[in-house]
Parts: sequence; C-alpha cells; structure tokens
Amino acid sequence: MKKINFFIFLIVILIVSLIFSIMFGGVSISFKDVIYTIFHPKIVDSNQTIIWKIRIPRVILGLFIGAGLAVSGCVFQGMLRNPLADPYTLGVSGGAALGASIGIIFRFEKFLGYYGLPLFAFIGAFISISLIYLLALRRNLSVTTLILIGVVLSFLFSAIVTLILSVSDPQKVHLTIIWLMGDLSLADSGLILPVSLFVIPGILILFLFSRDMDLLTLGEEKARHLGVDVKLIRRVLFLFSSIITGACVSSSGIIGFVGLMVPHFIRGFTGPGHRILLPASAIGGAILLVLADTLARTIISPLELPVGVITGIFGGIFFLIFFLRSKRKEIF
Amino acid sequence: MNLLEVRDLVCGYDGEEVIKGLSFSVQSGEFLGILGPNGAGKTTLFRAITGVLKHSSGKIYYQEKELLEIPAREIAREIAVLPQILEISFSFSVEEFVRMGRFSHRGRLEGFRKEDEIAVEKAMETTGILNLKSRSVNQLSGGERQRVLLAQALAQEPSLLLLDEPTAHLDISHQVEICDLIKNLNREKSLTVIMVLHDLNLASDYCDQLILINKGKLYKIGPPEEVLTYQIIEEVYKTTVVVRQNPVSFRPHIFLVPKERIT
Repeated sequence: MKKINFFIFLIVILIVSLIFSIMFGGVSISFKDVIYTIFHPKIVDSNQTIIWKIRIPRVILGLFIGAGLAVSGCVFQGMLRNPLADPYTLGVSGGAALGASIGIIFRFEKFLGYYGLPLFAFIGAFISISLIYLLALRRNLSVTTLILIGVVLSFLFSAIVTLILSVSDPQKVHLTIIWLMGDLSLADSGLILPVSLFVIPGILILFLFSRDMDLLTLGEEKARHLGVDVKLIRRVLFLFSSIITGACVSSSGIIGFVGLMVPHFIRGFTGPGHRILLPASAIGGAILLVLADTLARTIISPLELPVGVITGIFGGIFFLIFFLRSKRKEIF
Repeated sequence: MNLLEVRDLVCGYDGEEVIKGLSFSVQSGEFLGILGPNGAGKTTLFRAITGVLKHSSGKIYYQEKELLEIPAREIAREIAVLPQILEISFSFSVEEFVRMGRFSHRGRLEGFRKEDEIAVEKAMETTGILNLKSRSVNQLSGGERQRVLLAQALAQEPSLLLLDEPTAHLDISHQVEICDLIKNLNREKSLTVIMVLHDLNLASDYCDQLILINKGKLYKIGPPEEVLTYQIIEEVYKTTVVVRQNPVSFRPHIFLVPKERIT
C-alpha cells in the first residue's frame, strides 16, 4: 500500500532528522560518537553531557511541539473548513504571548518558580481560545469572520504586549522578545514531561475522532445527517486542540507556520482523510521543527537564532510559492 | 403506522415564522413531493424535518418518537438527506466519500467490516458510479456528483430518504436519470421518499402524493390529479396555465402560457 510506504518514509526521515539534530550545534559530534553515546548513556565524558543534558532534551521537546502544533493546525483546518485556520491565525498564540509577557514583566516566576512562564502563557492561550470558542459556537459566526476576529485579537494582544514592553526594564524586554519569536533554547528536561503530558494524550484523543473530522469537512449539516453529534464533537475537538496549542506555545513561544504549513503539505500526499493525515502531520511537524531548530542553532553559531524566525522565513516563502504555483483557485 | 408525522409545525428564522402551522403524515413506502412557490417555506419545512432547524412549536414524530430526541447517530441509520447545495472543500475520492455513509453503523474503534464493504459496493453499483471510484469528488460533473451523493445516502441503508431539489442545475437527461433511480429504489426496496421539487411536471410524473404549500401553510395534499389542477395552480402561483395529461404517464402535465397569447 502506498500510504504505508509514505508512513515508513516519514518515520525514516524523522529518525534521520533526530540524529542529524543531535550531531550539529555549537560543537559538532560525529555520527559514530552520537550512536555510541546514545547506547552507552552511563559513560561520562563531554559528549555525554552535551548529548544527554542539552541536545536530546531539546530535540525531544522540538519533536513534541512540532507534532502538537501540526496536529492542532490540522484539526482547526478540518473543523473550520478553512486552510487558513491554525493556532496562530485564530489568535491563540497571541493570547499566549500576552499571558507570557505579563508573566515575565511582573515577575510572577518569583512566586511560581520554573513553571511560572509556561503557566501564564497557558492561561493567556486558554482565555483567547475560549473567546473564539464562545464566538464560534454561541453566535454561529462564519469561519471567515472567526479568522478575522482571530487576526484582530492578535493585533490587539500584540499592541498590549508592546505597551507592556515599552514601560519595562530592558533586560526583561530582551528575554520577552526572544520568547515571543519562538525559541527552544530555554528547553530543558524539566519541560519535557509537562509538555508530553498534554501533547501525547491530546493527539491520541483527537485521533479517535478522525472519522468525525472527515465528516465535519462536509459542513455541519451534512455531518449531522451522517450521524455526527456535531455540538459535542466540536467541543471535544476545540478543547483538545487548544490544550495542545496552549502546552506548545507556553513552553516554546510563538513558532508560526508549523500548524499552517505541515497539514497542507502532507495533505498533498495522503489525501484529506484524517486517519492518515493526522498522524502523518504529527510526524511531519516533528521533522520540520527539529530540522528548523538545528538550522537555528548552527546558522550563526556560536550565536543562536530563535527557531520561530526560521519557520517564519521558510514558511512565508513556502506559502507564497505554493499559492502562486497552484493553478486551482481553491487551495485544498 | 405513520413513518413520519408532522403536527401543527411552526418554525422559521430569528422569530420570523416561515412555516405557520402545518400538519401531514407519511406512510412507509410512499413517494411524496413537496411543492410550492418561491418563499412558500419548502426548504424551511425540509430543514425542520431533517432536524437541522429547531421548530418553535408543534411536533415531528419519526416512528412515533419525537425527532429531536433521537440521537444523531440513530437518526442517520434511519433517515438519509440529500441537501440542495453541498460544498466539498477537500478532495476525497468517490469511494472514501461513499464510505462516510457508514459512519453511523460503526463503533468509534471499529474497522470497516464486511457488511460495510457490501453496503458501499451495493450503493455504488445501484447508482452506477463504480467506474468513478477513485476520482476526486470535487472534480465531478453535476450529474455524477448527484449520483455520488445519492450513493453516500444509500450506504446509510435508510428507511426514509429526504431530498431537496435533487434535479436543480441538471439537464433533462440527468434529471430523468436521478428521478428514475429514486423511483426504482422506492418501488423495489420500498424506500420511503420525500422530495422537495420545483418542477411541477417532474413532481407529477414521479410522486404518488403531493403536498402543496403556500405562505407557510398546507394548501392541498393528495395524488397529482387532485393537486395539480389549473384552478389550484393559478391560485397559488398567480400564473395562467393549461393542464393536460401526459400521454405516456397519464399524469397531469402543466403548460405555461406566455402573457401575449392570452386573449
């Protein structure tokens, strides 16, 4: 079967990207040494420290966040029947940014410790998705209106963020800006557990609803006639994709275009059926973010770029080419 | 037993009543056409009996159970609906699309069973779309698309089929093709059919019972011979017509008359 081959292909690429990402950084480590250190974690040397303490946590975090962003983008697009729906355009990321900058500037991390920042970002994300959710379900707005509202919310939030930044102490401003651009450099093993606790069960639960999502792409009425409990399912999908988004954004900042680009690209190979599209997007998102992060770490080494800059530049160019080259008027 | 019963139905949009008290019932095996001028409330009535539009008063019963209280999954195994317009924004293949009709028959974790396979195969065979199997649904012609939609509905294995103007935007050969298909299903599998139609002559030739609604109320119910008389049509549609018999089907046939010819 073609689709199984495609999966094997994706998984092979993922493994190659993971190893590749562990090899490169401020210090390059040969393939042989990487493999040796991975299989002998107890031998303490400089490679062991770099690989196990720095690179592997970062790569694993990148993997979860990439997968999470791609899956929630995929769910939003299917549910709202619009190619432009993703956590970023719906204003969720903006809400997270606002929450996080409030957290950074007002030093809530003092009271909450290490998890202070992610917690504030999560609350911000959750508030904005609740707004979108209430507007979408209660007032029955069209998807275009929702996305416009999302964009407007993003502008509003970013204005407030700028306001907060302009009256704050410059050192914190720098930290906040790096965070806002989307960055995995703050990543360490302490974040992996909480992120994976949200992302993995979230993706598995969403996967159980793949057939419902297929039907929802035909519109609410048709989905209902075919037997989908539309209200309930929409709630479930909204809830879990927002939780995933919240967890991702709060631990890494705003990494744009992953949720928009990956499902689009994957759909071209797998078709629109979510049973395949969803897991394939998860792997695709992981590959994209791990590779982008490797590039971010090495391109101006010893300095690092925020990974959001890489996904933003490549994503933007990719999308422009994609739109200009596609001959059909519809994007799907 | 009544398969579907509508009792004193009132419904509309944003407090504006479109259907203003309407009752009728449908027996199992019937082929019923819903007719009426533009704005009479055909589509509103259709949306109410498909459970999409909540009614403000009155009751709709399906097999003596209140329609709105039956879970969506259960209804989908009994009633299939062909909407007038369906925007398909993703490029599913025809086969994948027809398979979606089996959603309500399978558990969440259940795979595609033998009986699902058979139902899908049969639905595609009946509608003559086996050769379109791997084509993408958004690259079909109007006639093919209608047959694919019908196949999906048949894969649900429903007892009642509801159609909203299935022949709109089709040329005459495809109109007859779709209507013949539905008529066959009604005859041979005793599938009950309720169809909203614009075309009075198609309705006359295919339906056994007609409901004529006007201004949100039931104007006349009965077989075509009783409903499609020139007095009734002129009264409801405010148009001069001549009614004769179709020489083949022996059903009433409506002729339009240009104004300049009326002397």
